[in-house]
Amino acid sequence: MSKATAKRVAAAPGDNSAAAFDVARVRADFPILTQEVFGHPLVYLDTAASAQKPRQVIEAMSHAYETCYANVHRGVHRMSQLTTDAFESGRETVARFLNAGSADEIVFTRNATEAFNLLATCFASVNLGHGDEVVISTMEHHANIVPWQLVRDRLGIVLRIVPIDDDGNFLLDEYEALLGPRTKLVAVTHVSNALGTVVPLKQVIERAHARNIPVLVDGCQAVPHIKVDVQALDADFYVFTGHKLYGPTGIGVFYGKSELLKDLPPYQGGGEMIASVTFEKTTFKDPPHRFEAGTPPIVEVIGLSAAIDYVQALGQDAIAAHENGLRTYAETRLAQVPGLNLIGTAREKASIVSFTMDSAHPHDIGTIVDRSGVALRTGHHCAQPLMQRLGVAATARASFGIYNTRDEVDVLARALESVHEIFG
Amino acid sequence: MLDDLRELYQEVILDHGRNPRNHRNPPEANRHAHGHNPMCGDSVVVYATVDDAGVIRDVAFEGKGCAISVASASLMTEVLKGKTEAEAKVLFGQFHDMCTKEGAQGGDPDNEELERLQVLAGVREFPMRVKCATLAWHTLSAAMAGTDDATTE
Repeated sequence: MSKATAKRVAAAPGDNSAAAFDVARVRADFPILTQEVFGHPLVYLDTAASAQKPRQVIEAMSHAYETCYANVHRGVHRMSQLTTDAFESGRETVARFLNAGSADEIVFTRNATEAFNLLATCFASVNLGHGDEVVISTMEHHANIVPWQLVRDRLGIVLRIVPIDDDGNFLLDEYEALLGPRTKLVAVTHVSNALGTVVPLKQVIERAHARNIPVLVDGCQAVPHIKVDVQALDADFYVFTGHKLYGPTGIGVFYGKSELLKDLPPYQGGGEMIASVTFEKTTFKDPPHRFEAGTPPIVEVIGLSAAIDYVQALGQDAIAAHENGLRTYAETRLAQVPGLNLIGTAREKASIVSFTMDSAHPHDIGTIVDRSGVALRTGHHCAQPLMQRLGVAATARASFGIYNTRDEVDVLARALESVHEIFG
Repeated sequence: MLDDLRELYQEVILDHGRNPRNHRNPPEANRHAHGHNPMCGDSVVVYATVDDAGVIRDVAFEGKGCAISVASASLMTEVLKGKTEAEAKVLFGQFHDMCTKEGAQGGDPDNEELERLQVLAGVREFPMRVKCATLAWHTLSAAMAGTDDATTE
């Protein structure tokens, strides 16, 4: 066993480094895609909820457990040192992926939700008081709403909500009008999980920074589809989750600029995050370790690192082109289904097609297409305020990943036509 | 594929889903509760008018939802009229079993109400949809117990 062996498996790119996007070769990397559902090939159109995993990720994780595993940052023994190296090299992989200034700006969490709660709690304890304002948008996932409501209930802050238009476009001028002397933070999504709207983040951040307001970005739905450069965006905080990026569950990423992280207090207390402990006084480590109490998700970081290597080997521009092609094809094809209404037709979108049907509730749609092997998300997508704004209780959502094909869009469209036949 | 689906979406279900019976808010109702299904966001309000002898004189509901939840609420309002609270409770138990347990077919010719609810037995093959079929019933139970809120969780 050597460190080199572990890294070679973790970094195996799946022989997809060719310039052209070869979806058949991508599909061959995803073992689950050979499964059948009710006698039909699985048509997995729920990547925005959680992506499937390529064998490169699965193998990197089992390889770690089989050949290179111990707790990290502890002990002088060889396995601990090798595992710590693999874990910390995962931090560097994530930093490069986001083009962070340093790996010390990458904090590992349990998931994106924990990252939001971390920031809401730590930022609030030093920066927010009664009457201070946090600006979020109508399109936020509950994970970027509820933590702020908990802060509101505790401290009496005010939440300001950026409106959208009926197509799901983020309204920049209305947003800017919300920024005032009490605004202490802007917390917005990069890509809407329910509609696929791409928020004009560069302008959002510029307008906040013109007033010295920091910006937190929910990147969960962005990083699988769009190349993200946190320095070019000048994002202050950026959050994403591993499992939507073809990596494992149980791993989230919280990026923060060094100069902002250093002023934040710890989130949870415990091992790993301390410099020294006495019963009288404890001193804390510097970021990122200050925010990583307890044994971290070690093998999940190794899996996430393999997922990033995989995505980067495919090429993020090629992925975006592939998925945008699928999305626009789906929008055209589904528009031909009788009684189908596309929900969310913003100018710039990524990889998500949300819709309702006149004849059937989204839940009934989901049940019926499931019998054709098609996995759709149906419901409120953890964005109930957005559903209320759009005047719908729920939608059906098809979301596309690197392994999806036009044929699968056709299977979906035919299944939706059978919904129309049953309910029409 | 279509057999299971046709079993679930029978004409009766589609009819009650499109044209729910007793979809109203009766002013004389003396029991009511809100129910919601956190998974899909569907919500329902169930109203009951219960007389001094504990007999359910009227049941109605308001709310939107999938075909299964609306049809189930609609059918529920029809079968409960004239039942006592105790009888309603027993019927809910039997209905729940019918929706979840293999072999619990209902199909008891002496139980006219359960026989009518038999059209919903198809949800057994769709475990994710059992909550849709039982939302109105859970909500009615909450109304009878005097609690305002019911969820399917």
